[in-house]
Amino acid sequence: MLAAVITFPGSNCDRDLARGFELAGARVVRVWHKETALPAGTDIVGVPGGFSYGDYLRCGAIAAQSPVAGAIAAHAARGGFVLGICNGFQVLTEMRLLPGALMRNAGLSFVCKPVRLRVATADSAFTSAYAKGSEVVFPVAHHDGNYTIDAEGLARLQGEDRVAFRYIDNPNGSMDDIAGVLSANRRVLGMMPHPERAVEAVQGGSDGSAFFRALAALTAPV
Amino acid sequence: MKARVHVMLKDGVLDPQGAAVRHALATLGFAGVEGVRQGKVIDLDLAATDRAVAEAEVRAMCERLLANTVIEKYDVEII
Repeated sequence: MLAAVITFPGSNCDRDLARGFELAGARVVRVWHKETALPAGTDIVGVPGGFSYGDYLRCGAIAAQSPVAGAIAAHAARGGFVLGICNGFQVLTEMRLLPGALMRNAGLSFVCKPVRLRVATADSAFTSAYAKGSEVVFPVAHHDGNYTIDAEGLARLQGEDRVAFRYIDNPNGSMDDIAGVLSANRRVLGMMPHPERAVEAVQGGSDGSAFFRALAALTAPV
Repeated sequence: MKARVHVMLKDGVLDPQGAAVRHALATLGFAGVEGVRQGKVIDLDLAATDRAVAEAEVRAMCERLLANTVIEKYDVEII
């Protein structure tokens, strides 16, 4: 399984994300934002956390227009897997690969702590390692994680079982406690919490290991 | 030609920053502020000399980048 992990100027979780994939047995190629194509054979694209382009204008807005974004969109259009974490989730919503938007946290504070999450669906490659309804702990570290979507969009996400994770104690005001959402084909996941910061005991927990092991077993369609 | 773009959250989208500003105004003793919405103003210097062309161009910029139309609305003013 080949994971392409993107680095934008201002990304700061790209190495952690690469390590998450590698520990699970995946091969990782790091891809600079100026690239216009992904490495041949890319199965999954990882869009990491951080502050791409300084989060100028809106979080993820400039990254969504970067050269590599076109390659990510084409990969997703082919049915390829895409994982966006934290700033990566913001980038994927700005690219319109995922619905909704991430706004300033309701409490206005930057929230940086481990949070308890409920696995809302096991019906995706990303969450298949967990039982629906089970609890995992991943850290969050964000200022703009307040997931917002119109009523119609929310109903669609709920009706199509596309909420991947929900906060047990909502830290940011997200609608319906949403921490992560899936695309209609269930192959694009965006989430604010950081599973890659929970893959080794030294990080304080390893609930994310199963997440990456499930992904490492994937192969994207041609 | 110059253009000014106003980007605001859509009506009905909660604005945590606006709410905080409203709260701060109240603590400063400014009573009667019933609502605060915070937005952005973006000024553009354009090479275009035709008003209609400039406005169409700036609207395209808003749709593509300057506003996130999922949560934001925008107004374009050609100055």
